[in-house]
Amino acid sequence: MKKRYGDQLFKAIAYIFGCSIIAMLGLMVWEMFRGSSFALDKYGLGFLFSSSWDPVTEEFGAWPFIYGTIVSSLLALVIATPISIGIAVFLVEVAPKWFRDVVGFLIELLAAIPSIVYGLWGIFVLGPIIREYIAPVFINTLGKFIPFFAGPSFGVGIFTAGVILAIMIIPTIASISREVIMVVPDAQREAALALGATKWEMIRTAVLTYSRSGILGAMIIGLGRAIGETMSVTMVIGNRPEVPDSIFDPAYTMASVIANEFNEASSDIYLSTLIEIGFLLFAVTLLVNIFARFLVWTTSRGIQEAK
Amino acid sequence: MKLKKIGVLLFALVMMFSLAACGSSSTSLKPEGDKEAGASGQQKPSGEAGLLNGAGSSFVNPLFSKMFNEYSKEHTDVKVNYQAIGSGGGIKQLTAKTVDFAASDAPMKEDEIKAAGGNVLHIPVTLGGVAIAYNLEGVKDLKLTPANIADIYSGKVKKWNDPQIAANNKGVKLPDTDIFPVHRSDGSGTSHIFTTYLNKAAADKWPKEKVGKSIKWDNVGTGAKGNEGVAGQVQNTPGSIGYIELAYVIQNNMTAAQVQNKDGQFVAPSLDSVTAAAQGGLANVPEDLKIELNDQPGKDSYPIVGTTWALVPEDLGMDKAKAEKMLTMLQWTVTDGQKYASDLQYAPLPKELQDKCVAQLKKVKVDGQPVLK
Repeated sequence: MKKRYGDQLFKAIAYIFGCSIIAMLGLMVWEMFRGSSFALDKYGLGFLFSSSWDPVTEEFGAWPFIYGTIVSSLLALVIATPISIGIAVFLVEVAPKWFRDVVGFLIELLAAIPSIVYGLWGIFVLGPIIREYIAPVFINTLGKFIPFFAGPSFGVGIFTAGVILAIMIIPTIASISREVIMVVPDAQREAALALGATKWEMIRTAVLTYSRSGILGAMIIGLGRAIGETMSVTMVIGNRPEVPDSIFDPAYTMASVIANEFNEASSDIYLSTLIEIGFLLFAVTLLVNIFARFLVWTTSRGIQEAK
Repeated sequence: MKLKKIGVLLFALVMMFSLAACGSSSTSLKPEGDKEAGASGQQKPSGEAGLLNGAGSSFVNPLFSKMFNEYSKEHTDVKVNYQAIGSGGGIKQLTAKTVDFAASDAPMKEDEIKAAGGNVLHIPVTLGGVAIAYNLEGVKDLKLTPANIADIYSGKVKKWNDPQIAANNKGVKLPDTDIFPVHRSDGSGTSHIFTTYLNKAAADKWPKEKVGKSIKWDNVGTGAKGNEGVAGQVQNTPGSIGYIELAYVIQNNMTAAQVQNKDGQFVAPSLDSVTAAAQGGLANVPEDLKIELNDQPGKDSYPIVGTTWALVPEDLGMDKAKAEKMLTMLQWTVTDGQKYASDLQYAPLPKELQDKCVAQLKKVKVDGQPVLK
């Protein structure tokens, strides 16, 4: 009797914890919806596509922030993906075991650096490097034909934000990709080698093909992190609420505008607008994460079936 | 076995408490839209009589920390807890009656005072200059007119060797490079002072729609977060210019431009020239002490100067003993406490203004009775 009582108590407590997550999520959505309802009523759907941001006359539009968030995150993904996959393949297929552990540990350490440190490094080191060395290369070649790469660069802007974000999401993508590549059955590798494939051909046909949707999931989890990242981006993106013409122009993201303006947002509509941007950001991140879970789930199921 | 059980129970308890704690703190972020807190009547801020809670301007925070620390050494029964959450945040907390006093770099607007329910007294506590720092190799004494600054920040003057800048800088070799203006990206009292100044001194180039704590900037330059962000950006970007609190510029040894004042003189920012501006402004101090110190007369007056006010409701909803402690403390802040200002690069209040502040504090009432004698 006594034992059963303890079990039931445990079960009840466990249920409370489990449900608390759902309750918290629900409460968050509800609170943000309530907080933003004033702005939702006033601006409607047009809020998403308007580019005006004027706190004095209280004209608000979210498009520059949505654009800045999407472009900086995609840029980060484009830079980070090849590097991360390279790291993962190297660690699993090429590196000797002792080296694998050291590098693996260092990559995870990279994920532990606080984002404000990345931001400071961005202002004082990366910004000047991009202004002096990297941007001129693009501006003098591609920039001559494509306005999207035109100058001048002052070291802060959407490109710098993309690079900082890329560095921040490499640990995420690389370590998940490594896990995914490690579960590729050795039989696959051996079969490819037995058919006369070189090591690169084996990696390309047997390993990467087998793990591609898992890697895609890793990319999307990285993208989710890039979308929500606030502090380091705020410090290097330039905070200009305009849709940028060039990749070196200052821009703005949804997370940054909340961090910057929430403290001093005094009027009701201003505050409500910022909460609506938070709501949008929440929705985007949630969707991206659900998509990623779904992809990773498909891969792991595929592997189980193969066994 | 038993030990394990106890451990599990303890763990469960800890988790429950932490959950409960999360739940109760989440209510603080209520939007201003629902006025339940205000409607439920005279809510008295909690806490014992000796603990005073304040919130607001981050500009005044270093000075307040020093002052309150010194004050508590002399008056061991009083502790002041000041949170530098920004001027707007301070006003919000004062309206919600979660703090005893607030501090702001901009005077409260009419509708904000209305929302607070009853008049709110503005008591100047310190003066601050806003310096125009720049990064231009080889140029030490840059002179700028208000029109120059307005043109630079609205993108009309784009190069350093523009004839309009060169006109005030005879004999200075200005380079043919782009100007990169840096402004604050976060809502800030410094932006309020700077934009108010431009509107006052160059009204034809800087309209009223561009005055505020955060405004719609023209499509030039960049926004950086906080004084440290603007300072960092200016120090790092050749050709840049930015407006920064004077204390920051002095502490970081940055080069700042001389700005033309109302008398046509070019004055470098310093504690002396800021105090001179306050002297110049004393002639016409309004009754409610919402003084505007930008662009004051006097040949030594630095033109870009702002005030930080302590905000106290005229009708205090707290018990008399506590009210007395708070008002005595604030009285000390605007008089004896001013001696700590210069060390921290704040300009002390002139004597005449101090007297007016004390007179203002004497207006505060509890239940219709004045508190300070």
